[in-house]
Amino acid sequence: MLERLYESVPLLEILVDSFPKILIPGLTVTIPLTAIAFSLAMVIAVAAAMIQFARVPAAAQLCRFYIWIFRGTPLLVQLFVVFFGLPKVGVRIEPFPAAVLVFSLNEGAYCAETVRAALEAVPAGQLEAGRCAGLSYLQTMRRIVLPQAMRTAFPPLSNSLIAMVKDTSLAANITVVEMFRATEQIDARVYQPLALYIEVGLVYLLFSTVLTWLQHIGERKLSAYEYREG
Amino acid sequence: MEVKNVRKSFGQTQVLKGVDLRVDRGDVVAILGPSGSGKTTLLRCLNFLERADEGTLRFDEEEFRLGHMSKRDVARLRKRTAFVFQSYNLFLNKTALQNVTEGLIVGRKMPRDRAEEIGRRALSKVGMADRMNHYPSQLSGGQQQRVAIARAMAVEPEIIYFDEPTSALDPELTGEVLAVMRQLAGEGMTMLVVTHELGFARTVSSQTVFMEHGVVVEAGASREVFEHPREERTRAFLQTDGRAEGKD
Repeated sequence: MLERLYESVPLLEILVDSFPKILIPGLTVTIPLTAIAFSLAMVIAVAAAMIQFARVPAAAQLCRFYIWIFRGTPLLVQLFVVFFGLPKVGVRIEPFPAAVLVFSLNEGAYCAETVRAALEAVPAGQLEAGRCAGLSYLQTMRRIVLPQAMRTAFPPLSNSLIAMVKDTSLAANITVVEMFRATEQIDARVYQPLALYIEVGLVYLLFSTVLTWLQHIGERKLSAYEYREG
Repeated sequence: MEVKNVRKSFGQTQVLKGVDLRVDRGDVVAILGPSGSGKTTLLRCLNFLERADEGTLRFDEEEFRLGHMSKRDVARLRKRTAFVFQSYNLFLNKTALQNVTEGLIVGRKMPRDRAEEIGRRALSKVGMADRMNHYPSQLSGGQQQRVAIARAMAVEPEIIYFDEPTSALDPELTGEVLAVMRQLAGEGMTMLVVTHELGFARTVSSQTVFMEHGVVVEAGASREVFEHPREERTRAFLQTDGRAEGKD
Protein backbone atom coordinates (compact mmCIF):
# COMPACT_ATOMS: atom_id res chain seq x y z
CA MET A 1 0.00 0.00 0.00
CA LEU A 2 2.50 2.48 1.26
CA GLU A 3 4.92 1.75 -1.54
CA ARG A 4 2.27 2.30 -4.18
CA LEU A 5 1.32 5.57 -2.57
CA TYR A 6 4.86 6.88 -2.91
CA GLU A 7 5.08 5.70 -6.47
CA SER A 8 1.92 7.53 -7.31
CA VAL A 9 3.47 10.86 -6.34
CA PRO A 10 5.23 12.07 -9.47
CA LEU A 11 8.98 12.49 -9.16
CA LEU A 12 8.86 15.98 -10.60
CA GLU A 13 6.55 17.08 -7.83
CA ILE A 14 8.97 15.79 -5.19
CA LEU A 15 11.80 17.67 -6.79
CA VAL A 16 9.83 20.88 -7.02
CA ASP A 17 8.55 20.52 -3.45
CA SER A 18 11.98 19.78 -2.05
CA PHE A 19 13.78 22.52 -3.95
CA PRO A 20 13.00 25.37 -1.51
CA LYS A 21 13.57 22.99 1.42
CA ILE A 22 17.10 22.42 0.11
CA LEU A 23 17.78 25.94 -1.11
CA ILE A 24 16.68 27.70 2.09
CA PRO A 25 19.12 25.88 4.42
CA GLY A 26 21.65 26.55 1.67
CA LEU A 27 21.02 30.27 1.90
CA THR A 28 20.58 30.44 5.66
CA VAL A 29 23.21 27.92 6.82
CA THR A 30 25.66 26.80 4.10
CA ILE A 31 26.38 30.30 2.82
CA PRO A 32 26.65 32.04 6.23
CA LEU A 33 28.82 29.17 7.53
CA THR A 34 31.11 29.52 4.51
CA ALA A 35 31.15 33.32 4.62
CA ILE A 36 31.93 33.60 8.33
CA ALA A 37 34.45 30.76 8.41
CA PHE A 38 36.22 31.94 5.26
CA SER A 39 36.48 35.53 6.54
CA LEU A 40 38.01 34.29 9.78
CA ALA A 41 40.26 31.97 7.78
CA MET A 42 41.52 34.97 5.78
CA VAL A 43 42.39 36.85 8.96
CA ILE A 44 44.24 33.81 10.30
CA ALA A 45 45.94 33.20 6.95
CA VAL A 46 47.21 36.75 6.48
CA ALA A 47 48.42 36.94 10.08
CA ALA A 48 50.15 33.55 9.95
CA ALA A 49 51.70 34.32 6.57
CA MET A 50 53.00 37.73 7.67
CA ILE A 51 54.46 36.30 10.87
CA GLN A 52 56.33 33.70 8.86
CA PHE A 53 57.34 36.16 6.16
CA ALA A 54 58.79 38.53 8.77
CA ARG A 55 60.42 35.55 10.56
CA VAL A 56 59.10 36.62 13.95
CA PRO A 57 60.95 34.38 16.39
CA ALA A 58 58.82 31.82 18.29
CA ALA A 59 55.57 33.02 16.66
CA ALA A 60 56.76 31.78 13.28
CA GLN A 61 57.44 28.32 14.75
CA LEU A 62 54.02 28.37 16.38
CA CYS A 63 52.46 29.08 12.97
CA ARG A 64 54.34 26.16 11.40
CA PHE A 65 53.04 23.89 14.18
CA TYR A 66 49.45 25.06 13.72
CA ILE A 67 49.62 24.54 9.94
CA TRP A 68 51.19 21.11 10.43
CA ILE A 69 48.34 19.97 12.69
CA PHE A 70 45.45 21.33 10.65
CA ARG A 71 46.78 20.29 7.26
CA GLY A 72 47.87 16.90 8.52
CA THR A 73 44.59 15.64 9.98
CA PRO A 74 41.21 15.05 8.29
CA LEU A 75 38.63 17.79 8.48
CA LEU A 76 36.03 15.27 9.62
CA VAL A 77 38.26 14.16 12.49
CA GLN A 78 38.73 17.80 13.53
CA LEU A 79 34.94 18.33 13.52
CA PHE A 80 34.43 15.23 15.66
CA VAL A 81 37.15 16.16 18.14
CA VAL A 82 35.65 19.59 18.67
CA PHE A 83 31.98 18.67 18.70
CA PHE A 84 31.96 15.20 20.27
CA GLY A 85 35.33 15.19 22.00
CA LEU A 86 35.63 18.52 23.76
CA PRO A 87 32.44 18.09 25.86
CA LYS A 88 34.36 15.31 27.65
CA VAL A 89 36.61 18.00 29.11
CA GLY A 90 33.73 20.33 29.77
CA VAL A 91 33.94 22.43 26.60
CA ARG A 92 30.51 22.31 25.00
CA ILE A 93 30.09 24.21 21.73
CA GLU A 94 26.86 24.47 19.74
CA PRO A 95 26.95 22.77 16.30
CA PHE A 96 27.08 25.92 14.18
CA PRO A 97 29.84 27.72 16.14
CA ALA A 98 31.77 24.45 16.35
CA ALA A 99 31.60 24.17 12.56
CA VAL A 100 32.71 27.81 12.16
CA LEU A 101 35.64 27.20 14.49
CA VAL A 102 36.88 24.07 12.73
CA PHE A 103 36.34 25.33 9.19
CA SER A 104 38.11 28.64 9.85
CA LEU A 105 41.10 26.99 11.53
CA ASN A 106 41.35 24.31 8.84
CA GLU A 107 40.96 26.73 5.93
CA GLY A 108 43.25 29.25 7.62
CA ALA A 109 46.06 26.70 7.64
CA TYR A 110 45.82 26.07 3.90
CA CYS A 111 45.33 29.69 2.95
CA ALA A 112 48.26 30.78 5.14
CA GLU A 113 50.52 28.81 2.82
CA THR A 114 48.93 30.38 -0.25
CA VAL A 115 49.38 33.89 1.13
CA ARG A 116 52.94 33.19 2.29
CA ALA A 117 53.92 31.96 -1.17
CA ALA A 118 52.33 35.06 -2.70
CA LEU A 119 54.20 37.37 -0.31
CA GLU A 120 57.45 35.70 -1.24
CA ALA A 121 56.66 36.16 -4.93
CA VAL A 122 56.56 39.96 -4.56
CA PRO A 123 59.97 41.30 -5.69
CA ALA A 124 62.22 42.10 -2.71
CA GLY A 125 62.83 45.55 -4.22
CA GLN A 126 59.25 46.56 -3.42
CA LEU A 127 59.87 46.25 0.30
CA GLU A 128 63.25 47.98 0.01
CA ALA A 129 61.75 50.82 -2.00
CA GLY A 130 59.04 51.31 0.60
CA ARG A 131 61.56 51.49 3.41
CA CYS A 132 63.74 53.93 1.46
CA ALA A 133 60.68 56.10 0.77
CA GLY A 134 60.30 56.54 4.53
CA LEU A 135 57.53 54.01 5.15
CA SER A 136 57.72 51.74 8.18
CA TYR A 137 57.88 47.97 7.73
CA LEU A 138 54.19 47.54 8.52
CA GLN A 139 53.16 50.46 6.32
CA THR A 140 55.15 48.99 3.44
CA MET A 141 53.61 45.56 3.98
CA ARG A 142 50.08 46.88 4.21
CA ARG A 143 50.17 49.36 1.35
CA ILE A 144 52.69 47.92 -1.09
CA VAL A 145 53.55 44.25 -0.58
CA LEU A 146 50.27 42.77 0.67
CA PRO A 147 48.07 44.28 -2.08
CA GLN A 148 50.41 42.83 -4.71
CA ALA A 149 50.53 39.48 -2.94
CA MET A 150 46.74 39.32 -2.70
CA ARG A 151 46.54 39.79 -6.45
CA THR A 152 48.73 36.70 -6.90
CA ALA A 153 46.89 34.79 -4.19
CA PHE A 154 43.42 35.64 -5.44
CA PRO A 155 42.88 32.72 -7.88
CA PRO A 156 44.13 30.00 -5.49
CA LEU A 157 42.17 31.58 -2.62
CA SER A 158 39.04 31.56 -4.77
CA ASN A 159 39.74 27.89 -5.36
CA SER A 160 39.87 27.32 -1.62
CA LEU A 161 36.61 29.21 -1.13
CA ILE A 162 34.82 27.11 -3.74
CA ALA A 163 36.19 23.93 -2.17
CA MET A 164 34.97 25.14 1.21
CA VAL A 165 31.39 25.68 0.05
CA LYS A 166 31.27 21.99 -0.78
CA ASP A 167 33.20 20.87 2.32
CA THR A 168 30.62 22.48 4.59
CA SER A 169 28.47 19.41 3.80
CA LEU A 170 30.68 17.61 6.33
CA ALA A 171 29.09 19.76 9.03
CA ALA A 172 26.04 17.53 8.59
CA ASN A 173 27.96 14.99 10.66
CA ILE A 174 27.90 17.26 13.71
CA THR A 175 24.14 17.89 13.39
CA VAL A 176 24.33 21.22 11.57
CA VAL A 177 21.25 21.28 9.34
CA GLU A 178 22.84 22.74 6.27
CA MET A 179 21.96 21.91 2.70
CA PHE A 180 23.17 18.33 2.68
CA ARG A 181 21.60 17.32 5.98
CA ALA A 182 18.33 18.95 4.92
CA THR A 183 18.42 16.77 1.80
CA GLU A 184 19.06 13.66 3.88
CA GLN A 185 16.03 14.50 6.01
CA ILE A 186 13.80 14.86 2.94
CA ASP A 187 15.15 11.62 1.53
CA ALA A 188 14.36 9.84 4.79
CA ARG A 189 10.72 10.71 4.21
CA VAL A 190 10.27 10.20 0.46
CA TYR A 191 13.16 7.84 -0.38
CA GLN A 192 14.28 9.26 -3.72
CA PRO A 193 18.07 9.22 -3.16
CA LEU A 194 19.09 9.46 -6.79
CA ALA A 195 16.91 12.43 -7.64
CA LEU A 196 17.39 14.27 -4.37
CA TYR A 197 21.18 13.95 -4.14
CA ILE A 198 21.53 15.00 -7.74
CA GLU A 199 19.30 17.94 -6.93
CA VAL A 200 21.40 19.06 -3.98
CA GLY A 201 24.50 18.53 -6.10
CA LEU A 202 23.07 20.92 -8.67
CA VAL A 203 22.45 23.55 -5.98
CA TYR A 204 26.11 23.25 -4.92
CA LEU A 205 27.04 23.60 -8.57
CA LEU A 206 24.92 26.73 -8.79
CA PHE A 207 26.70 28.24 -5.77
CA SER A 208 30.13 27.37 -7.19
CA THR A 209 29.19 28.83 -10.55
CA VAL A 210 28.21 32.14 -8.97
CA LEU A 211 31.52 32.18 -7.07
CA THR A 212 33.50 31.40 -10.22
CA TRP A 213 31.77 34.29 -11.91
CA LEU A 214 32.54 36.58 -8.96
CA GLN A 215 36.16 35.43 -9.14
CA HIS A 216 36.42 36.59 -12.75
CA ILE A 217 35.03 40.01 -11.86
CA GLY A 218 37.36 40.25 -8.86
CA GLU A 219 40.39 39.31 -10.92
CA ARG A 220 39.59 41.94 -13.48
CA LYS A 221 39.27 44.61 -10.78
CA LEU A 222 42.46 43.60 -9.01
CA SER A 223 44.50 43.54 -12.19
CA ALA A 224 43.83 47.22 -12.89
CA TYR A 225 47.54 47.97 -12.53
CA GLU A 226 48.69 45.19 -14.78
CA TYR A 227 49.23 46.06 -18.35
CA ARG A 228 48.13 43.52 -20.90
CA GLU A 229 49.03 43.77 -24.51
CA GLY A 230 46.40 43.16 -27.15
CA MET B 1 78.06 62.89 5.23
CA GLU B 2 81.12 60.85 5.95
CA VAL B 3 81.73 57.15 6.50
CA LYS B 4 84.87 55.55 7.86
CA ASN B 5 86.20 52.04 7.82
CA VAL B 6 83.07 50.32 6.45
CA ARG B 7 83.46 46.55 6.48
CA LYS B 8 81.00 43.97 5.27
CA SER B 9 81.25 40.23 4.66
CA PHE B 10 78.80 37.81 3.11
CA GLY B 11 79.73 34.52 4.73
CA GLN B 12 83.44 34.03 4.11
CA THR B 13 83.67 36.66 1.39
CA GLN B 14 84.81 40.07 2.51
CA VAL B 15 83.11 42.54 0.19
CA LEU B 16 84.06 45.82 1.85
CA LYS B 17 87.46 45.96 3.50
CA GLY B 18 87.42 49.28 5.28
CA VAL B 19 86.04 51.96 3.00
CA ASP B 20 86.24 55.69 3.78
CA LEU B 21 84.09 58.14 1.91
CA ARG B 22 83.10 61.73 2.35
CA VAL B 23 80.31 63.67 0.64
CA ASP B 24 79.84 67.36 1.36
CA ARG B 25 76.64 69.27 0.87
CA GLY B 26 76.16 70.06 -2.82
CA ASP B 27 78.71 67.50 -3.96
CA VAL B 28 77.99 65.06 -6.74
CA VAL B 29 80.18 62.05 -6.07
CA ALA B 30 80.51 59.26 -8.63
CA ILE B 31 81.68 55.82 -7.55
CA LEU B 32 83.29 53.86 -10.37
CA GLY B 33 84.77 50.41 -10.37
CA PRO B 34 84.65 46.99 -12.00
CA SER B 35 82.16 44.27 -11.14
CA GLY B 36 82.41 42.90 -7.65
CA SER B 37 84.30 45.90 -6.34
CA GLY B 38 81.65 46.42 -3.64
CA LYS B 39 80.28 49.75 -4.81
CA THR B 40 76.64 48.68 -4.74
CA THR B 41 77.10 47.00 -1.36
CA LEU B 42 78.62 50.20 0.00
CA LEU B 43 75.62 52.20 -1.14
CA ARG B 44 73.22 49.66 0.35
CA CYS B 45 75.06 49.79 3.66
CA LEU B 46 74.75 53.58 3.70
CA ASN B 47 70.99 53.33 3.55
CA PHE B 48 70.86 50.25 5.80
CA LEU B 49 69.49 47.90 3.16
CA GLU B 50 72.48 45.81 4.21
CA ARG B 51 73.86 45.90 7.71
CA ALA B 52 77.57 46.68 7.69
CA ASP B 53 79.69 44.68 10.11
CA GLU B 54 81.74 47.68 11.14
CA GLY B 55 82.21 51.33 10.42
CA THR B 56 81.04 54.74 11.51
CA LEU B 57 78.71 57.16 9.80
CA ARG B 58 78.63 60.87 10.41
CA PHE B 59 75.54 62.60 9.09
CA ASP B 60 75.61 66.33 9.70
CA GLU B 61 76.81 66.52 13.29
CA GLU B 62 75.58 63.11 14.40
CA GLU B 63 77.74 60.01 14.62
CA PHE B 64 76.45 56.46 14.28
CA ARG B 65 78.05 53.03 14.45
CA LEU B 66 76.88 51.18 11.35
CA GLY B 67 76.91 47.73 12.97
CA HIS B 68 74.76 48.88 15.89
CA MET B 69 72.07 51.14 14.54
CA SER B 70 68.80 51.36 16.44
CA LYS B 71 65.61 50.99 14.40
CA ARG B 72 64.64 54.51 15.32
CA ASP B 73 67.88 56.00 14.03
CA VAL B 74 67.56 54.01 10.82
CA ALA B 75 64.00 55.27 10.28
CA ARG B 76 65.01 58.83 11.11
CA LEU B 77 68.01 58.88 8.79
CA ARG B 78 66.07 57.24 5.96
CA LYS B 79 63.61 60.11 6.04
CA ARG B 80 66.46 62.51 5.29
CA THR B 81 67.76 60.49 2.34
CA ALA B 82 66.40 58.92 -0.83
CA PHE B 83 67.45 55.97 -2.95
CA VAL B 84 67.18 55.33 -6.68
CA PHE B 85 67.52 51.68 -7.65
CA GLN B 86 68.99 50.04 -10.72
CA SER B 87 65.70 48.22 -11.29
CA TYR B 88 63.58 51.32 -10.46
CA ASN B 89 61.44 49.41 -7.92
CA LEU B 90 58.44 51.61 -8.46
CA PHE B 91 55.45 50.46 -6.43
CA LEU B 92 53.76 48.28 -9.03
CA ASN B 93 50.28 48.71 -7.57
CA LYS B 94 50.48 52.51 -7.57
CA THR B 95 50.28 55.10 -10.34
CA ALA B 96 53.22 57.38 -11.09
CA LEU B 97 51.71 60.12 -8.96
CA GLN B 98 50.92 57.74 -6.10
CA ASN B 99 54.48 56.46 -6.25
CA VAL B 100 55.70 59.96 -5.56
CA THR B 101 53.13 60.88 -2.91
CA GLU B 102 53.19 57.59 -0.96
CA GLY B 103 56.28 58.48 1.05
CA LEU B 104 54.90 61.95 1.76
CA ILE B 105 51.36 60.98 2.77
CA VAL B 106 52.07 57.72 4.58
CA GLY B 107 55.69 58.07 5.63
CA ARG B 108 55.63 61.75 6.53
CA LYS B 109 51.93 62.33 7.33
CA MET B 110 51.53 65.16 4.84
CA PRO B 111 47.99 66.21 3.81
CA ARG B 112 46.99 64.61 0.52
CA ASP B 113 46.42 67.78 -1.50
CA ARG B 114 49.77 69.22 -0.55
CA ALA B 115 51.52 65.94 -1.31
CA GLU B 116 49.81 65.75 -4.70
CA GLU B 117 50.90 69.27 -5.53
CA ILE B 118 54.50 68.39 -4.71
CA GLY B 119 54.10 65.14 -6.65
CA ARG B 120 52.80 66.89 -9.74
CA ARG B 121 55.62 69.41 -9.59
CA ALA B 122 58.26 66.69 -9.22
CA LEU B 123 56.82 64.69 -12.11
CA SER B 124 56.70 67.77 -14.34
CA LYS B 125 60.32 68.40 -13.56
CA VAL B 126 61.35 64.98 -14.84
CA GLY B 127 59.13 65.38 -17.88
CA MET B 128 56.43 62.95 -16.77
CA ALA B 129 53.55 65.39 -16.30
CA ASP B 130 51.49 63.63 -18.98
CA ARG B 131 51.93 60.17 -17.46
CA MET B 132 50.92 60.84 -13.86
CA ASN B 133 48.09 58.34 -13.77
CA HIS B 134 49.94 55.56 -15.56
CA TYR B 135 50.96 52.42 -13.72
CA PRO B 136 54.64 51.37 -13.88
CA SER B 137 53.75 48.50 -16.23
CA GLN B 138 52.52 51.06 -18.74
CA LEU B 139 55.81 53.00 -18.75
CA SER B 140 59.14 52.39 -20.45
CA GLY B 141 62.25 51.73 -18.36
CA GLY B 142 63.49 55.28 -18.80
CA GLN B 143 60.12 56.71 -17.84
CA GLN B 144 59.97 54.46 -14.78
CA GLN B 145 63.41 55.59 -13.69
CA ARG B 146 62.43 59.23 -14.14
CA VAL B 147 59.39 58.63 -11.92
CA ALA B 148 61.72 56.98 -9.41
CA ILE B 149 63.91 60.11 -9.44
CA ALA B 150 60.82 62.27 -8.94
CA ARG B 151 59.88 60.04 -6.01
CA ALA B 152 63.35 60.58 -4.56
CA MET B 153 63.30 64.36 -5.09
CA ALA B 154 59.81 64.86 -3.67
CA VAL B 155 60.83 64.10 -0.09
CA GLU B 156 63.42 66.90 -0.21
CA PRO B 157 66.24 64.62 0.89
CA GLU B 158 69.59 65.93 2.01
CA ILE B 159 71.25 63.37 -0.23
CA ILE B 160 70.08 61.02 -2.98
CA TYR B 161 71.83 57.69 -3.47
CA PHE B 162 71.78 56.33 -7.03
CA ASP B 163 72.56 52.66 -7.55
CA GLU B 164 73.51 52.23 -11.20
CA PRO B 165 70.45 54.15 -12.33
CA THR B 166 71.01 53.55 -16.03
CA SER B 167 72.41 50.03 -16.13
CA ALA B 168 69.07 48.47 -17.05
CA LEU B 169 68.44 50.91 -19.89
CA ASP B 170 69.39 51.07 -23.55
CA PRO B 171 71.52 54.05 -24.66
CA GLU B 172 68.60 56.17 -25.80
CA LEU B 173 66.73 55.81 -22.52
CA THR B 174 69.99 56.23 -20.59
CA GLY B 175 70.27 59.70 -22.15
CA GLU B 176 66.92 60.89 -20.85
CA VAL B 177 67.66 59.66 -17.32
CA LEU B 178 71.14 61.22 -17.29
CA ALA B 179 69.66 64.51 -18.47
CA VAL B 180 67.37 64.55 -15.45
CA MET B 181 70.27 63.72 -13.14
CA ARG B 182 72.40 66.42 -14.71
CA GLN B 183 69.62 68.94 -14.12
CA LEU B 184 69.32 67.81 -10.52
CA ALA B 185 73.05 68.19 -10.00
CA GLY B 186 72.86 71.68 -11.51
CA GLU B 187 70.31 72.63 -8.86
CA GLY B 188 72.78 71.79 -6.13
CA MET B 189 71.34 68.45 -4.99
CA THR B 190 73.81 66.32 -3.05
CA MET B 191 74.18 63.04 -4.90
CA LEU B 192 76.16 59.85 -4.48
CA VAL B 193 76.06 57.88 -7.70
CA VAL B 194 77.31 54.38 -8.38
CA THR B 195 77.62 54.30 -12.13
CA HIS B 196 79.25 52.86 -15.22
CA GLU B 197 78.68 56.06 -17.15
CA LEU B 198 82.19 57.46 -17.40
CA GLY B 199 80.83 60.43 -19.30
CA PHE B 200 78.51 61.31 -16.47
CA ALA B 201 81.25 60.92 -13.88
CA ARG B 202 83.65 63.06 -15.90
CA THR B 203 81.30 65.90 -16.80
CA VAL B 204 78.74 66.06 -14.00
CA SER B 205 80.27 64.77 -10.80
CA SER B 206 82.50 67.01 -8.75
CA GLN B 207 84.27 64.10 -7.08
CA THR B 208 85.09 60.65 -8.40
CA VAL B 209 85.87 57.59 -6.33
CA PHE B 210 87.40 54.50 -7.92
CA MET B 211 86.84 51.27 -6.05
CA GLU B 212 88.18 47.77 -6.55
CA HIS B 213 88.15 44.60 -4.42
CA GLY B 214 86.34 46.29 -1.57
CA VAL B 215 88.71 49.22 -1.11
CA VAL B 216 88.92 52.76 -2.44
CA VAL B 217 91.82 52.82 -4.89
CA GLU B 218 91.66 56.49 -5.67
CA ALA B 219 89.44 59.43 -4.82
CA GLY B 220 89.57 63.08 -5.73
CA ALA B 221 88.18 65.87 -7.83
CA SER B 222 86.72 64.33 -11.00
CA ARG B 223 88.93 66.30 -13.32
CA GLU B 224 92.04 65.20 -11.45
CA VAL B 225 91.02 61.57 -11.41
CA PHE B 226 90.17 61.52 -15.11
CA GLU B 227 93.05 63.61 -16.41
CA HIS B 228 95.85 62.69 -14.04
CA PRO B 229 95.00 59.39 -12.36
CA ARG B 230 97.61 58.65 -9.73
CA GLU B 231 97.06 54.91 -9.68
CA GLU B 232 97.94 52.56 -12.49
CA ARG B 233 94.76 50.57 -11.90
CA THR B 234 92.54 53.63 -12.27
CA ARG B 235 94.27 54.57 -15.51
CA ALA B 236 93.74 51.09 -16.91
CA PHE B 237 90.06 51.11 -15.95
CA LEU B 238 89.38 54.51 -17.43
CA GLN B 239 91.01 53.52 -20.70
CA THR B 240 88.80 50.48 -21.19
CA ASP B 241 85.13 51.11 -21.57
CA GLY B 242 83.81 51.14 -18.01
CA ARG B 243 80.54 49.87 -19.29
CA ALA B 244 82.00 46.73 -20.82
CA GLU B 245 83.98 45.86 -17.73
CA GLY B 246 81.76 46.75 -14.90
CA LYS B 247 78.35 45.15 -14.77
CA ASP B 248 77.18 43.96 -11.41
